[in-house]
Amino acid sequence: MTHDELTIANPKMKAEGVDVFYGAKQAINNVSIDVGTDLVTAFIGPSGCGKSTFLRSLNRMNDTLASARVTGKITLEGEDIYAPSMDVVQLRARVGMVFQKPNPFPKSVYDNVAYGPRIHGLAAGKADLDLIVERALVRAGLWDEVKDRLGESGTALSGGQQQRLCIARAIAVNPEVILMDEPCSALDPIATAKIEDLIHELRGKYAIVIVTHNMQQAARVSQRTAFFHLGTLVEYGKTADIFTNPKQDRTKDYITGRYG
Amino acid sequence: MAIINEHTVKAFDADLNRLRGLISEMGGRAEQALIQAMSALANGDRPLAAEVVEGDKAIDALETEVERLAVQTIALRAPMADDLREMIAALKIVSVVERIGDYAKNIAKRVALMDPARSIEAIPLLTSMSSLVAELIHDALDSFAARDTELALRVTVRDKTVDDFYNSIFRTLVTFMMENPRHITESAHLLFVAKNLERMGDHATNIAEMVYYAVTGERMEERERGEQPEDGAAEQE
Ligand SMILES: Nc1ncnc2c1ncn2[C@@H]1O[C@H](COP(=O)(O)OP(=O)(O)OP(=O)(O)O)[C@@H](O)[C@H]1O
Ligand SMILES: [Mg+2]
Repeated sequence: MTHDELTIANPKMKAEGVDVFYGAKQAINNVSIDVGTDLVTAFIGPSGCGKSTFLRSLNRMNDTLASARVTGKITLEGEDIYAPSMDVVQLRARVGMVFQKPNPFPKSVYDNVAYGPRIHGLAAGKADLDLIVERALVRAGLWDEVKDRLGESGTALSGGQQQRLCIARAIAVNPEVILMDEPCSALDPIATAKIEDLIHELRGKYAIVIVTHNMQQAARVSQRTAFFHLGTLVEYGKTADIFTNPKQDRTKDYITGRYG
Repeated sequence: MAIINEHTVKAFDADLNRLRGLISEMGGRAEQALIQAMSALANGDRPLAAEVVEGDKAIDALETEVERLAVQTIALRAPMADDLREMIAALKIVSVVERIGDYAKNIAKRVALMDPARSIEAIPLLTSMSSLVAELIHDALDSFAARDTELALRVTVRDKTVDDFYNSIFRTLVTFMMENPRHITESAHLLFVAKNLERMGDHATNIAEMVYYAVTGERMEERERGEQPEDGAAEQE
């Protein structure tokens, strides 16, 4: 494979030589990777290899931990996201995140989705906000299931519905990137299939990065796969190549179930 | 050759080993069928030929068993990378070995149709050709068992000699038929035998190519082919 084939044409985000430390402990070591809007990127690797740590560095979630320190360069549309001029609240709206456990606010379904647009002043009035909420729920594939219960608490939904609600919440603020950290690990196969289907739908509209422990899921939803091990990016390639013919022995051992 | 570590899930290794064992057994039976069919042909031994025909059922049954196990392993273990390629290679290899068994059976069936009193000078050449083909089948399957790409490459190289044998037997038999019109039936049968052997050699090469792919993930370079068979038949691949 030539290097050119792997180059992302218009990278939405670019990480170059990124290190992440927790106190003195280095969790990510010199990672460089590009993510684009046309291709879904999957991060795989054994537990503790730093996938979540690296993912969180892409929208400065690590800032919330006093011990965490990020060095290297990460840009969004060419802008350094760690520059002093960067508005972190704005950044997290542009780079949304969906977590392993669905975490709706203890508010109505409607308010869960409307929350972001409200604080970012994205809606001109009530009618506009209604439209934004509906559109986000439609995109998240949840509208038909909740359109008659918008006033009910978000926490009253099933786990799979809650996760799609969280995706709707992320979408509602018009993000450019959506980061998903094991978004299906608490879901049954049908709810999982719905999220995967949604990822297909959303591809091209948002740059999507998904961390998953499920090899088949990575193979199904992504076009690019990055394998992490002990804080380093061991191998990056087309998903089909990584799963049929990985170049690195460490990647091969991991995906064929010969790890540890 | 890289040392292959065990899978974290040990039952997966057990399945893989069983699959490899079944394929070895199947290959051994196909090779044996060929050797016996040729011996029956050379000696006009009809009971032995009948045994070969009967024995083909066991080869078919092994193919079914490998297919069942491979499909089950793919479904239950979702193999990736080398493991996935090996599974796909296993499925293709058994269908090729089954074809090899059919060719051996086809040779055995001709024994009953030929007059054992009529010895024909092409038979020793056919016997040498069949020994080489049996060796190639053996080595191709060994290369699968040992994941040995060097051995696989040597199979494809030696297949050229099989083609040379075929060309020279073809010429010998055509000459023989012109000189001995009363032996045309026997000669025609032997021509088919030679063609079957030539196809079996090609199948051994196919197996070797699959082994190469399963082990390396790369296609074997298009091997330098020997002369095309002189019977004018188009390659069937
Ligand atoms: N808040 C923290 N403080 C200190 N060390 C941390 C913290 N979070 C993670 N680590 C350490 O950093 C390393 C990477 O952790 P991280 O959570 O990024 O791994 P991961 O690849 O996401 O694992 P998993 O697949 O289990 O979620 C681990 O050694 C972990 O113990
Ligand atoms: Mg994690």
